[in-house]
Amino acid sequence: MIERAHVLICSGSMCVSRGAKSLRSEFEEHLTRLGIRDEIKLVNTGCVGLCEQGPFVIIYPEGVFYALVKNKDIKTICEEHLYKGRIVEKLVFDEAMTDEKEIKAFDEIKFYSKQTRVALRNCGLINPDDIEEYIARDGYRGLGKALLEMTPLEVIEEMQASGLRGRGGGGFPTGLKWKFAYQNESDQKFVICNADEGDPGAFMDRALLEGDPHAVLEGLMIAGYAIGADKGYIYVRIEYPTAIEKLKIAISQAKELGLLGKNIFGSGFDFDIEIRLGAGAFVCGEETALIASIEGGRGMSRNKPPFPAAKGLWGKPTIINNVETLANVSAILYIGAKEFAKIGTEKSKGTKVFSLGGNIKNAGLVEVPMGTTLREVIYEIGGGIPQNKQLKAVQTGGPSGGAIPESLLDMPIEYETLVEAGSMMGSGGMVVIDEDNCMVDICRFYLEFTVDESCGKCTPCREGTKKMYEMLEIISSGEGTLEDIDRLEKLAKMVKSSSLCGLGQAAPNPILSMLEHFREEFEAHVVDKRCPGGVCKPLIHLEITKDCIGCTKCATNCPVDCISGSIKQLHEIDTSACIKCGICKNICPVDAIISV
Amino acid sequence: MKSLDDLKKIRDAAQRKVTMRGKNEGTRILVGMATCGISAGARPVMNKLVEDIAEKDIPNVTVTPVGCIGECAIEPIVEVLEGEKRTTYCRVDVDVAERIINEHIIGGKVVQDNLIGKYRL
Ligand SMILES: Cc1cc2nc3c(=O)[nH]c(=O)nc-3n(C[C@H](O)[C@H](O)[C@H](O)COP(=O)(O)O)c2cc1C
Ligand code: SF4
Ligand code: SF4
Ligand code: FES
Ligand code: FES
Repeated sequence: MIERAHVLICSGSMCVSRGAKSLRSEFEEHLTRLGIRDEIKLVNTGCVGLCEQGPFVIIYPEGVFYALVKNKDIKTICEEHLYKGRIVEKLVFDEAMTDEKEIKAFDEIKFYSKQTRVALRNCGLINPDDIEEYIARDGYRGLGKALLEMTPLEVIEEMQASGLRGRGGGGFPTGLKWKFAYQNESDQKFVICNADEGDPGAFMDRALLEGDPHAVLEGLMIAGYAIGADKGYIYVRIEYPTAIEKLKIAISQAKELGLLGKNIFGSGFDFDIEIRLGAGAFVCGEETALIASIEGGRGMSRNKPPFPAAKGLWGKPTIINNVETLANVSAILYIGAKEFAKIGTEKSKGTKVFSLGGNIKNAGLVEVPMGTTLREVIYEIGGGIPQNKQLKAVQTGGPSGGAIPESLLDMPIEYETLVEAGSMMGSGGMVVIDEDNCMVDICRFYLEFTVDESCGKCTPCREGTKKMYEMLEIISSGEGTLEDIDRLEKLAKMVKSSSLCGLGQAAPNPILSMLEHFREEFEAHVVDKRCPGGVCKPLIHLEITKDCIGCTKCATNCPVDCISGSIKQLHEIDTSACIKCGICKNICPVDAIISV
Repeated sequence: MKSLDDLKKIRDAAQRKVTMRGKNEGTRILVGMATCGISAGARPVMNKLVEDIAEKDIPNVTVTPVGCIGECAIEPIVEVLEGEKRTTYCRVDVDVAERIINEHIIGGKVVQDNLIGKYRL
């Protein structure tokens, strides 16, 4: 029986955690009951990108996009849509419906139409457990072309012509890195895929591995061929069990088809891939620490040079590339460097995947051409800030990056522009910060993370991050002075310049960039003893304004009973007893409670 | 995997698995599948269309069930959409379905006998 419809069920980690796990068995049950099981193909895919609105079910050939799907909805979808051909309007994703109630197909939705999918080309579209679906979408053609029609040097030149730069954070030109490793002669060389993904909140690499593992394997093999390595490792954190499982399946399927192993494509090239699990320490994403960890040692960084391209794993020339970088590699070999280089800007070619989070409506995974502005990403793709709040800043680069203020939102996204603005591309975390956040508090959050993650080998980072964290605590408690802010800045600069590895060198970045753009907010904490974002507890006072309608909700819910007032009367908070939990503020139906 | 040809073979065979996903700009065949359509025998008609398309390996044609078209008396109804052009057939049975595929989809000639105009005056 030939299937007339394909039902794609997003089975990315986010959707699974939101209840997508049993959707498939629901479909099986109802389709069988209706006697149409044979007519419909069920496909579990990777993340489709709009995680916040998941679980998703997409039905082809119409391309209807169902969002927030629950188990009980499956019966309706089967009976109405699949059996009778009536689209279940109430389940269709909001933005996939025009004002005239017409249903837009998947790729006409604004969230997608503004994106360009290169690395994520198959994510959410194919079954990652079926190598044939990857091959049907021209998978492994790039590898075949490299092995049979190009010399290793030509592959490297193609990479250089594409302008691809590392997506793991540093932005180093990929082709150039390969060239170094190519030129270093050795009896043995290695390639490593860095799937450590340590930035809090980032999940681009996980989504790629879960949704399209072959794209990464193919990229790794091409890298191996180019530098002359016959062995590859994928270093992935143990907290990513689904990604690991998908990789294992992909590797065994590739072996079965002879795409991994001896004499691939009859070219004489042999290649083998092994998965190595990391315990999930941030520093192990740093390349020298990662190598130490694969070798079985403690994950600690060492001085560079020598760079891994000269002396890497077990002292042999080694290339380390990020997951997303490798997914781009396989695309470039297939579409050609010329086509790839048409995407993006002069200095930053191609696209970048971001995990969009924080105060944003369409939180999820987006891939945009370099040169897209932050404003486009946030307002057109991301759908803007919920509750029409004011945007304060966008944080990029995670604990190693900085914050870009609203005034710079029209800046195009490029490696250089982000650095000029005091932040960086990083691996792709993008956190939207609205007016109700405090910049001192956000710095504290990142520093708490780096204090925990510092490997402790060098003093500036080990002691410096701790000290900076303490100073931020003092400022946020209102007990700091203007001198404290200056001292914090001085210390931050010192840690930045004297730490051994990228972790310590970048740990002060959130502080430095926030001081550059939001210094007045720090000053408000020490001079006016006020937290403008209304976050730092010691500095906030809750107050009830005249807007109070006397509903008594706040009084009923206050855990320490410090709100008084009778029904339909203006209420009042006893600020000396208030523990500033904020419950009342969140519950007030007319927003009459404000923090001052 | 011994050559690019081997890969191409797998690719060509597997493509049918995924072509349906993505933009569908080819011909669409809609089959009225509301309760009335189903009771009038629309399901075997749809199955026949799907099977023939697969068997004859016709590219860029999809079959989709749709809700009530509002002409319950002359069901099963099948509509062929080619760009802006819409051809509506009614009282379609398995034999007519076969003719639609052979004469209309492959041959490019409308099956006059079952055009809706003949039934609705
Ligand atoms: C503290 C620290 C953590 C890092 N974490 C990661 C990571 O999780 N994933 C990653 O790909 N690169 C990470 N990097 C960057 C890697 O050291 C390396 O530059 C990168 O994997 C190279 O690949 P690319 O050129 O393809 O970007 C980290 C660097 C530092 C200093
Ligand atoms: S900078 Fe931090 S993480 Fe890096 S070596 Fe020093 S202590 Fe370890
Ligand atoms: S919840 Fe708001 S409106 Fe209701 S009594 Fe409290 S302050 Fe007044
Ligand atoms: S996991 Fe389903 S949309 Fe991201
Ligand atoms: S306890 Fe008073 S506001 Fe929550």
